[in-house]
Amino acid sequence: MEFTKLFELLIAASLINNFVFTRYLGLCIFFGVTKKMDTSIGMSVTFTSVMVITGALNWLIYKFIMTPLGLGFLEIVIFIGVVACFVQAADTIMKKVAPGLYYKLGIYLALITANCIILAVPLLNVSEGYNFIESLFFGLGSGIGFSLAMIIMASIREKLELADVPISFQGLPISFVVTGLIALAFLGFSGLITL
Amino acid sequence: MSNTARYWNLFRNGIFGENPVFRLALSLCPAVAVTSGVKSGFLMGVAVLFVQTMANVTTSLLRKFINPKVRIPTYMFIIATWVTVTDLAMAAFARDVYAQMGLYIKLIVAFAIILSRSELFASKNKVVPSFFDGLGMGVGFLLALVIIGFFRELLGKGSLWGIQIIDTKPLLIMILPAGGFFAMGILMGFFNWIDIKFFGGKGASGAGGSHG
Repeated sequence: MEFTKLFELLIAASLINNFVFTRYLGLCIFFGVTKKMDTSIGMSVTFTSVMVITGALNWLIYKFIMTPLGLGFLEIVIFIGVVACFVQAADTIMKKVAPGLYYKLGIYLALITANCIILAVPLLNVSEGYNFIESLFFGLGSGIGFSLAMIIMASIREKLELADVPISFQGLPISFVVTGLIALAFLGFSGLITL
Repeated sequence: MSNTARYWNLFRNGIFGENPVFRLALSLCPAVAVTSGVKSGFLMGVAVLFVQTMANVTTSLLRKFINPKVRIPTYMFIIATWVTVTDLAMAAFARDVYAQMGLYIKLIVAFAIILSRSELFASKNKVVPSFFDGLGMGVGFLLALVIIGFFRELLGKGSLWGIQIIDTKPLLIMILPAGGFFAMGILMGFFNWIDIKFFGGKGASGAGGSHG
């Protein structure tokens, strides 16, 4: 029974409430890095892992430090501090322990610190009142949803390079219209699970 | 140049020359997320205007005391403080709107536009110019949100600010999530077209914007 609920949460976070298409988060990154396939794959991997880990970390801090001390109102300041510290630490540790991986993904880590999509996971965990396991799955589901969006968009944009777009629509405007079409397709998932 | 003219130029720069949404293509998430109606777009714009102005003023006041090595984290904390103030004030005074856009108010902290103005302008200028720069950027952002909200609400619901204007709902899709992307893309393309047609620009607005 418990497992079914977690699975539903995973599907809901990745498909129905997709961060990009229905919650409109992480758009700057989404439009910024989806010009090439390999960058968007690297970005997806980094984002998903950071989302799961910082989500869990912030849950622990919220539950065991902030709630007992009555510091709930400081959530924004504390969460952003935790994310920044974690990213900095991950950067240093990765450079030392796994240099190969660092040279592949390190550049994306630096971009993550002040990103709305990373910060949204702990904030939503708090406002939805998830427990620890649920917040892990929520972070994972959101990460999968974001990766899916990035990979779909990157493959479309590679083709779009060859298309004959009117000059005033080149670049961002046409990407927005394409995203709108994908969002329309994702609307079809909305009836999949009733939570 | 006299002081008044200089401040006016700073103010105008944020609205036309470097409009955060249409020209710099920064902070796109809220521009799509909260613009399904004029009212929510307006309130979001006011929140950003307040945070931007106050963060600029605070940064400018503290610029002599901030060690350059830790300047970015310091700016983040200044912004986070003002966002918390806004968040709590909104939760107290505008409950109905806060229920649907509370998350985005909290996420103002991650807006690239606010941090980039602190870094590029407020950290190098005196308090009064920083104030006007923040005001201009904030008003530019507010206007962009209201323009998008105007089209989406009028076409999607046939109403403005919650008041019914026309009886039909011409394009219901405009208030759906997908409509936000369409409205944004079409408006951006339209602004580019005006730029090319009447001002001889290259129509590459937003080509450089990519962060946060």
